[in-house]
Amino acid sequence: MLIYLLRRLAIALCVALTVSVVSFTLLHLSGDLAVSIAGPEATAAQVESVRTQFGLDRPLTTQYVDWLGRAVQLDFGKSFYFQGPVMEMISERLPITIKLGGSALLLAILTAIPLGVLAALYRDTWLDRTALLIAVVGQAMPSFWFGLTLILLFAVTLHWLPVAGNESWQHFILPAVALGYYAMPAMMRLTRSGMLEVLGSDYIRTARAKGLSKSRVVFKHALRNAVIPVVALAAVELGFMLGGSVVIESVYSMQGLGQLAWDAISRNDYPVVQAVVLIIAMFYIGLTFLADVINALLDPRIRTR
Amino acid sequence: MSVTSSSTLPAPAVLSAALPPLPAWRRKLRRLLGHRGLVLGALFLAVIVLAAIFAPLLAPHDPFDQDVTARLIPPVWQAQGSWEHILGTDKLGRDYLSRLIFGARVSLTIGIAAALISGLIGTTLGVLAGYFGGRTDAVISYLITTRLAMPVVLVALAMASLVGGSLKVVIVLLGLLLWDRFAVVTRSATQQLRDAEFIAAAKAIGASTPYILLREILPNIMGALIVVATLEMAHAILLEATLSFLGLGVQPPTPSWGLMVAEGKTYMFFKPWVIVIPGVALALLVLAINLVGDGLRDVNAPDGRN
Repeated sequence: MLIYLLRRLAIALCVALTVSVVSFTLLHLSGDLAVSIAGPEATAAQVESVRTQFGLDRPLTTQYVDWLGRAVQLDFGKSFYFQGPVMEMISERLPITIKLGGSALLLAILTAIPLGVLAALYRDTWLDRTALLIAVVGQAMPSFWFGLTLILLFAVTLHWLPVAGNESWQHFILPAVALGYYAMPAMMRLTRSGMLEVLGSDYIRTARAKGLSKSRVVFKHALRNAVIPVVALAAVELGFMLGGSVVIESVYSMQGLGQLAWDAISRNDYPVVQAVVLIIAMFYIGLTFLADVINALLDPRIRTR
Repeated sequence: MSVTSSSTLPAPAVLSAALPPLPAWRRKLRRLLGHRGLVLGALFLAVIVLAAIFAPLLAPHDPFDQDVTARLIPPVWQAQGSWEHILGTDKLGRDYLSRLIFGARVSLTIGIAAALISGLIGTTLGVLAGYFGGRTDAVISYLITTRLAMPVVLVALAMASLVGGSLKVVIVLLGLLLWDRFAVVTRSATQQLRDAEFIAAAKAIGASTPYILLREILPNIMGALIVVATLEMAHAILLEATLSFLGLGVQPPTPSWGLMVAEGKTYMFFKPWVIVIPGVALALLVLAINLVGDGLRDVNAPDGRN
C-alpha cells in the first residue's frame, strides 16, 4: 500500500513539474510578451525597456528556473498590472472559486448517484429513459448559455435569486447549478453502468440467494463497489470545474480565480496567468492523487497492482 | 418488450433458416436503423450539415447586411415580428436566421477540423503506446496525464489572446488540446488486440510493424475511434462557442453561435430570444452529434444494446 502510494506521489510530482514547464514555454513562445505588455502603440525603445524591466531579455531557461524557484515557495512575483504580489491576489480570490466548485460538485454527486442507481435498478423503464434524457441534455448545453438562461428564469422573471455577484450564499446557487449540471451526466452514466455490472455479478446473486433484503443488497453490497470509479471521476471533475470556472464566473460576475485569470489574460498580465494555470493544475494533480488513495482504500485489489 | 420479442422469435428463426443469411453490411445497417436515438441524431445532423453546405441558397438575407432601421426585430411568433425576418434581427439589424444558418458552417468546420487534428495526434500516440507497451507506454501515458492536468479553457484563452483569436487559431488550439480521449481509448483498444491471433499471424508471415499498425490494428479500432471522434467534435463545438462567447474565439462580424450569444447578452433582459435562439441551435447540434456517437457505441458493442 505504502509503495503504491509513494509511486503515485512520485508520478504526481513529475507531472506537476512537466505542466509547469509546458505552460511556461507555451505562454512565452506563442508571442513576444514584451510587445504585448508595452501595447500596440509602444515604440521599439519602450518595448526594449519593458523587456529589461521584466527580465524578459534573459534566456528562457534562466527565466523558468528563476520563476519555478520562487513558485515552489508560493511566490509568483508581482502582477504587471497592479504591481502587487500575485499570491495575495490569488489567496483573495481562491475561496470563492473553491466554494463554487465544491458546491457544484456536491450538487452533481447528490443528483448523479441516486439517478444512476435508479436508472440501473429500473433499467429500460421510463425512469431509466428520463435519467438518460437529463444526462444527454446536460451534455449538450453550453454551460455559459445554461447559466444565462438560469439568470433569465430564476433571477429576472421569477425574482427568486440574485442576478450576479458573490456576496451571499444565494449568489452561489445558480452558478453551482450551471457548473454542476455540466459535470453530472458523466457521473450518472458511470454510476448506472457500474451498478449494472455489479448487479449482474456472482456475489450479488449469492447475497440475494442468502435472502438479504433488496435494499441491503443494493446499498451495502452493490453500491460500494459501483461508486469506486465514480469517486475517481468526481475528483477529476472537480479539477475540470476549477479550470472551467472562468466561464461561469464571467457569466455571474463572481470575483473568483477564473475571473482573475480572465482579467489577467485580457490585460496581458502574465505572472498572474501563469500562477493561476499552475495552481489549477496543482489542484487537479492533487485531486487525482486523492482519487488514487480513495480507490486504493476502497478496493484492496488496486493496491497490489 | 422482452415478452413480445420472446414470443415472436421462433417464427422468424424458422423463416430465416430457409432464406440465405443476410450479408454483413445489411445486418449492420439493420442494427443502425433499429436504434432510435441514432436515427434521430443522424437525421438532425444531416439537416444541419445540408443547411451549412447550402447556406448561401437557404439564407433569406446576407448575414453581414446591416440595417439600422430594423434593429432587434423580434421573431415572427411575437407581436411585432414579421415574415421578412423570421427569427428577427440583431442589434445591427442583421437577419438572425441568415446568421444562424451561416453560423452552422463555423461550428461544423471547427468541430470536424479540430477532431481530425486531435484524432491524428491522439490515435498515433494511443496506438503506439498500446502496441509497444513497456517504456513507450510509460512515456505516452505520462504525456496523457500531463495534458489532462492542464486546464483546457484557461490555456486556450491565454494562447488565443497572445496569438489573436480567429477561426484558424481556434481550430489549431483545440486540435492540439483535445487529443487526450483519443489517446486513452485507442491505447486500451490496441492493448486488447496486441496479443490477438491475427496479429501473431501477420507477424509470422513477415508483415512490417507499420503494416500491422495501419492495416491490422487501425481498421479494428475504427469503431471505437469514430465514437470518440463524435464526442470530441461535440466538445470542440462547445469550446469554440465558449471561446467566442468570451471574445477570444471567432471574431466579429463572422456569424458564430457563441458570438451571437455574447452579442445578445446586453439585450437579453428585454429580448430573451437573442440568446435563446443561438443557444438552442448549439444545444441541438451537440445533442444530435452525441446521439449519433452514443448510438454507434451501442451498435458496435458486442451484445447489441447497452
